[in-house]
Amino acid sequence: MYAQMIKSTGEGVKSLDEMDPQERAFQERINAGGKIEPKDWMPDGYRKNLIRQIGQHAHSEIVGQLPEGNWITRAPTLERKAILLAKVQDEAGHGLYLYCAAETLGVTRDQLTRDLLSGKMKYSSIFNYPTLTWADMGAVGWLVDGAAIMNQVPLQRTSYGPYARAMVRICKEESFHQRQGYDIMMKMAQGTDAQRKMAQDALNRFWGPALMMFGPSDENSVHSAQSMAWKIKMNSNDELRQKFVDECVPQAEYLGLTVPDPDLKWNEERGHYDFTQPDWDEFFDVLKGNGPCNTERLAARNKAWDDGAWVRDGLMAHAAKKRAAKLAAE
Amino acid sequence: MSTPVSAPLFEYLCRMGDNTLVLGHRISEWCGHAPVLEEDIALANTALDLIGQTTLWLDVAGEVEGAGRTADKLAFHRDVWDFRNLLLLEQPNGDFGQTMMRQFLFDAWHLSQLTALKGSSNEQIAAIAEKSSKEVTYHLERATDTVIGLGDGTEESHSRMQAALDLLWPYVGEMFLSDDVDAAMVDTGIAPDPATLRPAYDKLVGDVLTAATLTKPQDDFAHKGGKSGKRHSEHLGHMLTQMQWLQRAYPDATW
Repeated sequence: MYAQMIKSTGEGVKSLDEMDPQERAFQERINAGGKIEPKDWMPDGYRKNLIRQIGQHAHSEIVGQLPEGNWITRAPTLERKAILLAKVQDEAGHGLYLYCAAETLGVTRDQLTRDLLSGKMKYSSIFNYPTLTWADMGAVGWLVDGAAIMNQVPLQRTSYGPYARAMVRICKEESFHQRQGYDIMMKMAQGTDAQRKMAQDALNRFWGPALMMFGPSDENSVHSAQSMAWKIKMNSNDELRQKFVDECVPQAEYLGLTVPDPDLKWNEERGHYDFTQPDWDEFFDVLKGNGPCNTERLAARNKAWDDGAWVRDGLMAHAAKKRAAKLAAE
Repeated sequence: MSTPVSAPLFEYLCRMGDNTLVLGHRISEWCGHAPVLEEDIALANTALDLIGQTTLWLDVAGEVEGAGRTADKLAFHRDVWDFRNLLLLEQPNGDFGQTMMRQFLFDAWHLSQLTALKGSSNEQIAAIAEKSSKEVTYHLERATDTVIGLGDGTEESHSRMQAALDLLWPYVGEMFLSDDVDAAMVDTGIAPDPATLRPAYDKLVGDVLTAATLTKPQDDFAHKGGKSGKRHSEHLGHMLTQMQWLQRAYPDATW
């Protein structure tokens, strides 16, 4: 997840017959469930797509620290504070593995960071929404991490080895994140009137944005078809969104909360819930930079980077002095 | 009902727990804003350790007090005058250098305190010290490396670290002031006399500052009033306003 609207650089999916022998061997390896490793030959499009996808995922983890960091200093108990700190620390760690995975494709973390800070590269739209009450920590864990897991579990089988392996560890931690979010929601839903109101309000505000996390419908999309052929995208956006809705509705019922969709209903024939699409105009507005928090999020990351320049320079200078002293001593 | 022994012990436990609570809060303010990703992780990790330690100290404080207050009740329902943390720890983060200088000056004291507490006559305290000292050994190692790296880095990083040291040095002395609570702890074999920790601290800090090419301020003037609770800085009230808002706005809720 966290990588929406990745446009494939491919021109559409070639058949095996149209490929040259090198590319055919590459595709056949993927078809057979094999892994591609950093030193293997790969088509340029595959490399570029993966850099964008992994980079966008990494950036999402980094920016994703902000809406949750917003509540660490106001967490209601010492235990909740510790759990939230651990979660945000995990997210920074996920960012680190993912940048490392991207680096195996020949791009540097510094370059990816510059592209994030300049706005050239995106991060998930969800992190441009504000966290307004403590219940939002519950909703983010339950819905946002829940949606992320939907996408990331299949990505453990993705064709690019370093990405697949990073995803294994990330998934373990994400499932703890989702459980802690749901646990917050349970406490709130079983709590005082004010807490129940906060919980419902959080669900109301995060439901649509969570559905948007899967990206717009990718039916007939050439880009998605290519990514799926390369196994860097494992399921269609609609398929994952449906799975997410099917899973969340009973969870919301268990909490005694109402999913903010008057047309939501079980469809016996399909064996799925029918639901209303989120507001895609809003989604595209957020992508364009007009979400409620885009400006603040990017400004916060830019400030952290700019304010930290002297620290990075200082530590580098010290390391260089140490190296020089060591050389001189030899 | 407090006995003559439990009153100073409660006070002492609050000092330990409030130190970690207040510093843990300050560090957690950095979340997502650090100079580099590895530092974001390290800061969150340090804050997490300190909040964990807070729970241990304040839980025992609540037991010793015997008034039914839990660690959460103590953390979130006391006002400024009841806090017993060192003034050093409530100082604002400032730049990253100031944050790490504060961390180093505290960690060096904290580790020597915890090391002594491992031999405490109070088993609960000895056990907390045993666990915490492992974490704080790492905190001190990291803070030391950072102070040296930035002190002996570029001209700018050097001057920022010197400014941080000059700003924070007047808060060092409070860590070694002995009062009646400390005397009661010494008498019962619970904790060391803080004054006795000073020579080793001065040696350690002196060595690190030398390696960092930083100059220890000549004036040893020490602000006081944090650990006794007599006079905190203005900063603590603002911190509590944020830390305790939810619990006070919704006092009948459980979370």
